[in-house]
Amino acid sequence: MRRAVDLAAQAAAVLCTVAVLLPLVLIFGYLLSKGLSSLSVELFTNLPKPVGEPGGGMANAIVGTLTLIGLACLFGLPVGMIAGVYLAEYGGTRLAWLVRFGADVLNGVPSIVIGIYAYTLIVLPMHGFSAYAGGFALGVIMLPIVARTTEEMVKLVPNSLREASLALGVPAWRTTIWVVLRTARGGIITGMMLAIARVAGETAPLLFTAFGNQFWAQSLRGPIASLPVQIYTYAISPFDDWHRQAWAGALVLLVLLAATSLLVRLLTRGRFQTRL
Amino acid sequence: MGDKIEITDLNAWFADNHVIKGISLRIPEGSATAIIGPSGCGKSTFIRCMNRMHEIVPGARVEGQVLLDGEDIYGPRADAVEIRSRVGMVFQRANPFPTMSIFDNVIAGLRLKSRRLSRSRLADLVQRSLVQAALWDEVKDSLDAPGVSLSGGQQQRLCIARALAVEPEVLLMDEPATALDPLSTAKIEELIHELKERYTIVVVTHNMQQAARVSDMTAYFYLGRLIEFGPTLQLFTNPSQPETEDYITGRFG
Amino acid sequence: MAQALREKTFELAWQLPGSKGRRSGGSSRLGDTVFRACTTLFALTLLAVLGSIALVLAYEAAGAVREFGFGFLVGREWDPVFRRFGALPFIYGTLLSAVLALCQAVPLTIGTALFLSELAPEWLRVPISFLVELLATIPSVVYGLWGIFVLVPWCRSYVEPALGSVFGFLPVFQGPGYGVGLLAASMILAVMIVPYITSVAHEVFRAVPLAQREAALALGATRWEMVRVAVLPYGRMGIIGAIMLGLGRAIGETMAVTMVIGNRADISVSWFAPATTMASVIANEFNEATYDLYTQALVEIGLVLLVVTVTVNALARLLVWSVAGVESGEQRG
Repeated sequence: MRRAVDLAAQAAAVLCTVAVLLPLVLIFGYLLSKGLSSLSVELFTNLPKPVGEPGGGMANAIVGTLTLIGLACLFGLPVGMIAGVYLAEYGGTRLAWLVRFGADVLNGVPSIVIGIYAYTLIVLPMHGFSAYAGGFALGVIMLPIVARTTEEMVKLVPNSLREASLALGVPAWRTTIWVVLRTARGGIITGMMLAIARVAGETAPLLFTAFGNQFWAQSLRGPIASLPVQIYTYAISPFDDWHRQAWAGALVLLVLLAATSLLVRLLTRGRFQTRL
Repeated sequence: MGDKIEITDLNAWFADNHVIKGISLRIPEGSATAIIGPSGCGKSTFIRCMNRMHEIVPGARVEGQVLLDGEDIYGPRADAVEIRSRVGMVFQRANPFPTMSIFDNVIAGLRLKSRRLSRSRLADLVQRSLVQAALWDEVKDSLDAPGVSLSGGQQQRLCIARALAVEPEVLLMDEPATALDPLSTAKIEELIHELKERYTIVVVTHNMQQAARVSDMTAYFYLGRLIEFGPTLQLFTNPSQPETEDYITGRFG
Repeated sequence: MAQALREKTFELAWQLPGSKGRRSGGSSRLGDTVFRACTTLFALTLLAVLGSIALVLAYEAAGAVREFGFGFLVGREWDPVFRRFGALPFIYGTLLSAVLALCQAVPLTIGTALFLSELAPEWLRVPISFLVELLATIPSVVYGLWGIFVLVPWCRSYVEPALGSVFGFLPVFQGPGYGVGLLAASMILAVMIVPYITSVAHEVFRAVPLAQREAALALGATRWEMVRVAVLPYGRMGIIGAIMLGLGRAIGETMAVTMVIGNRADISVSWFAPATTMASVIANEFNEATYDLYTQALVEIGLVLLVVTVTVNALARLLVWSVAGVESGEQRG
């Protein structure tokens, strides 16, 4: 009898796992089937066309996403990385505990709230939507991820390396920069890739910062298209052609993200556990 | 009295590491048997083979025959779960369940075997087990206190009570007093004396004086092999193997 | 080379005071101070960003706060045309969709986490946990896309009629089902929070010491009984933390929910009915807000959203930290 319960429990655990993985299979499956059929060269080369006209694409959205990610990195990567170094080097202090906690809290702030934040700070004074505002919002989202992963990677550097450098007379600050960071370089970069993968798919904060654009952005001071926003706009529209393009765009986005995720996993195999 | 456990040509591995090499031994019933030897000689692994705990480690393997009352515990029809309720174990470090009270800790094993026991019956069993473990007087007024609120020595006796509550036939003790202070150690040793009336006890210890104090029979292991096995008094005063004599006289280990 | 370094270290180590090994040279002391000041500055920037988010939102929402006061939170009417703003429909939708999502996700994730920590052989554990984490890399908008074209029709054609016929005596399963609504939103949310709860729960279970498991096994427990007696109680606090992390995520989720919830600012008993959440109303109406009070009301909703998620997440982190390692993200061997 007890053995029966034991077996039933084991079976239940297996079933749960299957149930959890089922949506993954379904989503990827639909994306592949609906997205592949709508995939075309035009998607990558053409601008969006009005409904009814064939051959519309998402070239501006793809470039826009890359632009926004670039801008986000300008803010998020340096600030995040150096903050992460602080956390690793001076980690025992009260301030460090506060910053660490703050980073985790910031990580959990809904991205739409960060959108409002960027709107108030940048869109309002600039009197208009801009790539800067969108990039800033994404940078804020990246900040805690980069900080925490940098911290973890720096902490992984063995103390003996640090001590060897210090014993040779190298000052502590130089040790950190030339020895520790260089050793942790690979891990820090993968942490950055994680952050980039996270923001590449963000839609909500861009809705009223970067806004969107049916054409090429004329400058960074104006609205700019992005892949997620374009997918959203097309998805909620009533037009079948746009729906198909949405699937294709989503496939492109997901392939990029999955590839990044896999790359990160491979590079850090066994070294640290990615924290969501 | 017959043999409670009869081990024949026992071999055990951790992956490719051959840690128990062809050991044969007979544990008499109603006695205390000590297993001594230097660190790493396989003592703990050996007794873990006797309640099929060795195999829970990934990559671990056992070959050979272990007869409990004449039946091979590694036989095709043997159930590891049932074996473990007949052959109890006390570990080197006390491991009471931290989320349970003293009372619940003692009956933790009982609850697995039979769900429907009345509260009063459970209370009786708890008392009996704690008395046998020489802990009753110290905790009888605070049975609802968390198990981990006791001192180290008390926690170990709690674990003994927990093991006894399922009414095993054999009690395996893996260096039960190693992590304890001398006073608690003395209490545990006294306990072994009392318990061996009713149970068959196998104690692993690296403390020779302890083995001499508590056991009737002693086995000396070295590098995974059984070197000598015999009545404690004889093994310590007049060992037949030179290796045994070397160990006992402190020439190494 | 390493040997030489070690020897040199040993030679000089006893000369160096303290663990940082700071030399008494003046220039390096200056360098250290500057370094520390710089890094501290950037660390403070992070805190400043966090703090300013709250301040900025509070400032922007001030007008609405003054206008509606506490009634904002319990007001049922959201009517931009008549300048009447009450946030209850959004709060209701947010909380209910999140709770329903948890009800669906929690049993599945605990089961999966137990499978990973107790049953799965080594070669299976890594790929499966990778696949589970892959769920987290799917962007919200893609979930929404799939939700609109796959989940919603499925709900409309199969799930809602089935629930209505079997459990139709319950008011929550009554009424017409159009597919879009609370139910679909909760289902999509459940899928989205699965990876977060699973990964934390998995770590919590792995953190249970071997000694505890052995204690249970040695008493003659089956695998499941060992889990029940040693693993689950030990990991209780951590599991609650994991669930709260999932809750925090579900509350803040925007795009996928917006795309399948129907976006109607109304409170109805039925789970089939279209509803709305705090995040989705902001997403939908922020660019439509034509006058200041409208924007301020939306920002105030954002403020409420911020406060709720921060609180839930902070509590969750504290719980998880207390069980599965002091600093979240601590490396496990």
